[in-house]
Amino acid sequence: MIALLSRRLAGLAITLLVVSLVIFAVMDLLPGDPASIMLGTSASPETLAALRHELGLDQPLLIRYGQWLAGVFSGNLGQSYTYGVPVAGLIVERLAVTLPLAMIAIVLSVVIALPLGVLAAARRGGIVDAIATVFSQISIAVPAFWVALLLIILFSTTLGLMPAGGFPGWDAGLLPALQALLMPAVALALPQAGVLTRVARSAVLDTMHEDFARTAVAKGLSRSTVLWRHVVPNALVPILTILGLQFTFLVAGAVLVENVFNLPGLGRLALQALSQRDIIVMQDVVLFFAGLVIVMNFIVDLSYLAIDPRMRKAA
Amino acid sequence: MIKVSLAPSARLMRRLSMGVALSAGIMMLALTPAEAAKTTLNLGMSVEPAGLDPTIAAPVAIGQVTWQNIFEGLVSIDETGKVQPQLAKSWDISPDGLTYTFKLQTSVKFHDGEAFDSTAAKFALDRARGKDSVNPQKRFFASIASIETPDAETLVLHLSSPTGSLIYWLGWPASIMVGPKSAADDKTTPVGTGPFKFSTWAKGDHVELIKNADYWNKDGAAKLEKVTFRFINDPQAQAAALKSGDLDAFPEFAAPELMSSFDGDARLATKVGNTELKVVAGMNNARKPFDDKRVRQALMMAIDRQTVIDGAWSGLGTAIGSHYTPNDPGYQDMTGVLPYNVEKAKALLTEAGYPNGFTFTIKSPQMAYAPRSAQVMQAMLAEIGVTVNIEPTEFPAKWVKDVMTSRDYDMTIVAHAEPMDIDIYSRDPYYFNYKNPAFNDLMKKVQETADPSEQAKIYGEAQKILAEDVPALYLFVMPKLGVWDKKLKGLWENEPIPSNVLSNVSWDE
Repeated sequence: MIALLSRRLAGLAITLLVVSLVIFAVMDLLPGDPASIMLGTSASPETLAALRHELGLDQPLLIRYGQWLAGVFSGNLGQSYTYGVPVAGLIVERLAVTLPLAMIAIVLSVVIALPLGVLAAARRGGIVDAIATVFSQISIAVPAFWVALLLIILFSTTLGLMPAGGFPGWDAGLLPALQALLMPAVALALPQAGVLTRVARSAVLDTMHEDFARTAVAKGLSRSTVLWRHVVPNALVPILTILGLQFTFLVAGAVLVENVFNLPGLGRLALQALSQRDIIVMQDVVLFFAGLVIVMNFIVDLSYLAIDPRMRKAA
Repeated sequence: MIKVSLAPSARLMRRLSMGVALSAGIMMLALTPAEAAKTTLNLGMSVEPAGLDPTIAAPVAIGQVTWQNIFEGLVSIDETGKVQPQLAKSWDISPDGLTYTFKLQTSVKFHDGEAFDSTAAKFALDRARGKDSVNPQKRFFASIASIETPDAETLVLHLSSPTGSLIYWLGWPASIMVGPKSAADDKTTPVGTGPFKFSTWAKGDHVELIKNADYWNKDGAAKLEKVTFRFINDPQAQAAALKSGDLDAFPEFAAPELMSSFDGDARLATKVGNTELKVVAGMNNARKPFDDKRVRQALMMAIDRQTVIDGAWSGLGTAIGSHYTPNDPGYQDMTGVLPYNVEKAKALLTEAGYPNGFTFTIKSPQMAYAPRSAQVMQAMLAEIGVTVNIEPTEFPAKWVKDVMTSRDYDMTIVAHAEPMDIDIYSRDPYYFNYKNPAFNDLMKKVQETADPSEQAKIYGEAQKILAEDVPALYLFVMPKLGVWDKKLKGLWENEPIPSNVLSNVSWDE
C-alpha cells in the first residue's frame, strides 16, 4: 500500500517536471514577443531592448527555464509582465472564483444526475428512464455558453432577477457572490449532469447484473435495499472517475462561460495572458492545470482504494 | 377583568407601533439612496488595461482609465482635440522654436501628498526620455536636449530642433506627470494629481476610483464620488450588463450590430461619434505588384467605401480618403480623389500590366472589423479580376511579428488608433515600406512651425499626397458607439484622443 503510494507520488513528480519542460518549450515557440506587445507600434528598437532587458527576455532559453523552475520550487511563480504583480497572487485571486464555481457546478450536477441515473436504471424502460434519456441527450448537445446566454436573457435582461455578469468579490458578502456564481454554475452543470446521468445509469445497470446483486435479491432483500445498499456503492467507481475528470474539465474548461458571464476566473486569465503573450502567467497557469489533472487522477485512484476493498487487496 | 384584558392589547399595540416605526425606518433607509442625487458611476470597457501607468506601456485602455482622471499633464487635450493648459498654466515659445518656458500651477499636490513643482515635472520628463525609459512614445521627447528649473514654478525645455507638435504631444497619456516618490509603483497603484484617486483594482473585473477631495482645481473637481470601470470583453455580455442596469454607460460599445437593440429603451440612449481609429488596408509598397502606384490606385477605385462600412460595421462610420479623421485639425475630405469606379480601375490595372488581375494574400487580425472588411473587399476586388486570399493573423502577437517587425505580407487591415499619426508614412522603417521624399519634407516642415494654421495647411498637402499615392487603402473612421443612461451628463461623444474623461460627468436630478 505504502509502496504503491510512494510509487504513484514519484510518478506524479516526474510527470510534472516533464510537463513543465513541454510548457516552456511550447511557450517559447509561440510567435510574438511580450515586450513589443506592451510597447505598441511606435516603440523604437532601443526602447524595446530596454524593456526586454527589464523583463529578462534577453536571457538564453535554458537559463530562463532554470530560473522559472527554481522559482516554482521556492514558491515564487514570477511577476506578470502586463499586471506587474506576482503571478501566485493572481492565480489565488482567480481560484477564489473558479474553484467555488466548479464546486457548485459539480454539486448541482451530482444532485441532478445521481438520483435520475439510478432511478432510470432501477426502472429501466419506464417513464423516469425516458425522461433521463431525453434530459441527458439535450443537455449534452446544448453548449454551455448558449445555455448561459439564455439564462441571462431570461433572468437578467427580461426579469431583472439576477446580475447579468461580473463578480462582486467575496468581501462584498456571501449572498451577492453566490448570486453571481449561480447562473454560470447552472450553465456549466447541465452538460456535466447529462454525461453523469448516462454514466450513473449504465454503471447501476451493469452492477445489477453482478452475482452479489442477484444473491441479495435471492436473499429476499427489498428492491430499494438492494439498490442503495449493494448496487449503488459498487457502481461508484466509474461515477467517481467521471467526476474527477469533470472537475478538472470545469476548472480548466470554463473559459467560454466565464467570458459570457464576465467572471474573473482562471480560464479568462489564461486566455488574456495568451493574447498579451504574458508568457510567465501562461506557464504558471498551464502548469497549475496540468498539476490539477495529475493530482485529481491521484485522488480518484486513492478513492477507488477507499470504496472498493477488492482494489485494496490487489494493491 | 378589564385591567387583565387591557394588558395584552397594550403590549400588542406597543409591539405593533414598534414594528411600524421599524419598518418605516427600513423603508426610509431603502429610499434614501434612490431619492438623493446619484454620485456613483459604473462604466464598461471592452479591454482591461495592462497595468495602470500609461508612461510605460502602449495599450490605450491604460489611458482610458487613468488619463485626466488620475493623471494629468502639463497640458491636456479637450473634447474638440484642442490643447488646453493644465498643470502648466501658460507657456512661451522662443522665436527660433528652441526654448519652451512653462509657468506651472502652484500648490498642486499628488494624491500621496507630494508636491508637484518644476522638479517633479523635470523628473517626469527625464524618466520618459532617459536611457532606460520604456515609454511607448519616447520619440515625443527626442528633441528635448536639456531641462532647467530656475524656480519651483518655472520649467524650461531646450530643444535640439524645432518640434511644432511638442505641445500637442505633451497632452498625451504617455506624457502625464508622475511623482518622483510614487512613479515606480504607478503600474499597480497609480498616484497622480487628478480629480480622482485610485482605490482598488480587482484584476479581471474592475478598477475603482474615488473623488479626490483635495483637488487643486476647484473648477474641474469631480462631481461623482465613486467610479467603477468594469471590464467586459464579450459584446453580448456588454449588452446584457447595460440592459439589466448593471452598467450605467459603455462609451465604446464593441458591437455595432447590437446598437439597434437599444432602440426604444426607456433608460438608455445611444450616441454615435467619431474616434481617431482609422481602418486602413496597408500594402507592402516594396513588394510587387504593390510597388506600382497604378495598381494601388486601381485597388482603391475598385472599393466602394460605403459598402465596406455597411458590411463591416453596420453602416456606422465615416469614409476617409487619407490617413486623417474629421476630428483632426486641417481635415480635408479626400474620398473624391480616387472614387469608386470599376471601369477606371480595370483600365489602370491593364496599364500597369495586369489585364487579367493577380492574386494576393491579406493578413487579417481577428478583431471583428478586419475579417468583415476583408471579405467585402475580397468580393469587390474580384470584380476587377483580383483574387484575394484572407489569412487570419492573431493580433497583436503574430500580427506585430509578421507585419510590423518582419514586414512579411502583401496587404493587411488594421485600425490605427493613435491620433494625428499621419507621420507614420515618413517613418523608416515602417510596415508600409512607403518612401516619398516630398512627403517626408512636409512632415519635417510641420515640426518647424508651432503655428496651428500653418500646420493645418501642411497637413492638407500631406493628406493630398496620401490620397493620390495610396500607400494604404483608406477605408473608414471607426465610430465611437456610446450607450449610456439618459440621465448621465458630460461624457465625451467624440474621441479626439482615447479616453474616458470623467471630471465633468454627473447625474441629472
